[in-house]
Amino acid sequence: MSQVSDSQQKVKFYQTGTFTAGNRLLDEQHRSVQATMDRCNSLDSGHRACQGCGEALGARYAIDAAMRATGNQLIAANATGCLEVFTTPYPETAWSMPWIHSLFGNASAVASGIAAAMKVKGREDVRVIAQGGDGGTTDIGFGCLSGTFDRNDDVLYICYNNQAYMNTGVQRSSATPGAARTATTMPVGENPGNVFGTGKNVPLVAMAHQIPYVATASVHDLHDLEYKVTRAMEVRGARYIEIFVPCPLGWGSKPGDTVKLARLAVESGMYPLIEAEDGEISGVTRIRNRVNVEEYLKLQRRFAHVLKPANANQLEQLQAIADRNIKRFDLCRVEEEQL
Amino acid sequence: MLKQIEGSHAVAEAVALCRPEVISAYPITPQTHIVEDLGTLVKDGTIENCEFLLVESEFGALSACIGSSAAGARSYTATSSQGMLFMMEAVYNASGMGLPIVMTVGNRAIGAPINIWNDWGDSMSARDAGWLQLFVESNQQAVDVHIQAFKLAEELSLPVMVCMDGFILTHSYSQVDIPEQSQVDEFLPAFEPRQVLDPAAPLSMGAMVGPEAFTEVRFLGHQKQLDALDLIPQQAAEFEAIFGRDSGGLIKSFESEGAETVVITLGSVIGTMKEVLAGMRDDGHSIGALTIRSFRPFPSDALRAALKDAKRVIVFEKCLAVGMGGIVSMNVRMALKDSDTLVQSVIGGLGGRPITRAGLRRMFEKGLRDELEEPHFHDINMDIVNRELEREKQQRRSGSVAENILRDGGVVAAAKTI
Repeated sequence: MSQVSDSQQKVKFYQTGTFTAGNRLLDEQHRSVQATMDRCNSLDSGHRACQGCGEALGARYAIDAAMRATGNQLIAANATGCLEVFTTPYPETAWSMPWIHSLFGNASAVASGIAAAMKVKGREDVRVIAQGGDGGTTDIGFGCLSGTFDRNDDVLYICYNNQAYMNTGVQRSSATPGAARTATTMPVGENPGNVFGTGKNVPLVAMAHQIPYVATASVHDLHDLEYKVTRAMEVRGARYIEIFVPCPLGWGSKPGDTVKLARLAVESGMYPLIEAEDGEISGVTRIRNRVNVEEYLKLQRRFAHVLKPANANQLEQLQAIADRNIKRFDLCRVEEEQL
Repeated sequence: MLKQIEGSHAVAEAVALCRPEVISAYPITPQTHIVEDLGTLVKDGTIENCEFLLVESEFGALSACIGSSAAGARSYTATSSQGMLFMMEAVYNASGMGLPIVMTVGNRAIGAPINIWNDWGDSMSARDAGWLQLFVESNQQAVDVHIQAFKLAEELSLPVMVCMDGFILTHSYSQVDIPEQSQVDEFLPAFEPRQVLDPAAPLSMGAMVGPEAFTEVRFLGHQKQLDALDLIPQQAAEFEAIFGRDSGGLIKSFESEGAETVVITLGSVIGTMKEVLAGMRDDGHSIGALTIRSFRPFPSDALRAALKDAKRVIVFEKCLAVGMGGIVSMNVRMALKDSDTLVQSVIGGLGGRPITRAGLRRMFEKGLRDELEEPHFHDINMDIVNRELEREKQQRRSGSVAENILRDGGVVAAAKTI
């Protein structure tokens, strides 16, 4: 084990109940960006996110990793949404990086414009990210996003997916899962909650654009998230990373369960972690401790009705979706080295 | 250099001379030739150091310019009609953030019914969006005003729309003096932004502002436009000193001084009007015209001064505030609120209806007799309108108004030829 340098934070506890090794057990080069004292804190403390906000966590990990990868030569375009509102009302800002908010549906187009400006000024060392929630990405920003992918502009788009419009009071988006309660898909009447068979899988849509890099990540696996952002910054052209970010307010979960919920979503198969290069799957994160979807659902009030005997069919449908994901992406194959 | 060229191509050459750094392009008739020509000029190397973005929508077109302008690049796009409406959220956003983007609007009607021909419905829908709106009368002026627009925009840190009549100007060939690069370089300095996205000096742009500051932000946007009332004539004079042409400014008189009746309009229709009014003056009428070149900011003082001796004003406009009346005439009345001058409002040329010399003369003569109803719809066929109203009275499911009127017009026209 290598010597711990002064810039490395002494980690004070192990995470328990996970397969994630504590940072202090790792070699220095394998430790996370967040574990270093010289991380840039691009999204700094003092913002107004709710307790247990998965999006704040995801953004901090992702942007610090992107800053590290680019030597802090990074500009961000932000869609309207929670991340924009909780980080910035003037005159305050939690961003210690050049940052622009324009509109709800145009973050990727604004980022394309910034990338064009950097290119024309001979500053291609300055990289550009666009970021937004699932509403700003999969719904209202979808046209501009597809345009950025189509032109293969040198932009990394990060979608923080909490599966509904949280900033406006938890309304359904096209990323909301079946059966989930939102303000516009209330658990009343027959088939309570969001309708099954709707919605879109934007990582797969991104892959269909044949862009150089697409990945999904989750706030429970910091190393994987940082690796994917770093990998994305090694590539030129349009890239898309979707980060799974639980929302205690919108999901009716405990703030302290955010990381646990992110892990259970992945381990149940509800949220597959994948990587794709040039439109082809290039990697998946295997599930090592598979759980039933019920384990994931029971910690969230948005799915409370699913666990009632009368709605057993909804539970079955959600389990079937998880099973299909596991089969489709081969998430449970045991790697040889693990045997 | 004198060239016999299409208006759109002349504009593309003018924009090229301004050394744009980012151009975003989306096709919409009738501005399409402008961005097509710019694409060629970027590709063949005439415009050096420029990124040409082929975007997925007008909303994306202006949004990309918002990004590039915020990152310090001189940015340009062009649009028309539905395209302008589709980007409207970004139109307000660009001015609210003080980004000096220049956008050509090839003026065209707004549907439904879908109509690709010229009127000013598109620009007028954005008249309160915080952009400067400069209307041009000819393709020479279109060239000259684009060059001034970049300088104005960047000096004020506000976006500028150059409004030119679709087809009538964009698609017509005329002799245009295309300036030399050295002249444009002398007139137009490099873009020095007031705020810029730069990793060396991080800042947050476009964040939320609450009730405690919103009024002041809006006031300053208004004040900046009022400042432009001084800057626009100043820059027109600077332009004239270098290029030797009077082009731009707030208003332009066409023998309106001392005239009893003054016709006010915008854009290219003054070309036809000048001939009509010359004929009327020959017949002893005291009548002249002036055009409003800067519609935003609105040149109230300049108009008041120019109209101080006028007894009667006839405002001719290719736009309509439905449920209210003329848009330009409302603004003129506001400027003349303390004067006794009679302001008559004439709506004409909607959706590209031809404006003929004979029709204009008939209308002006009616105006001289103070017989124009308020507002007057120029060359409207009231027989057809009344028959449609009758159809609607007689049957609930009366169908498409537009289709009924066309069918009616066709039947009547056919009957007349028999």
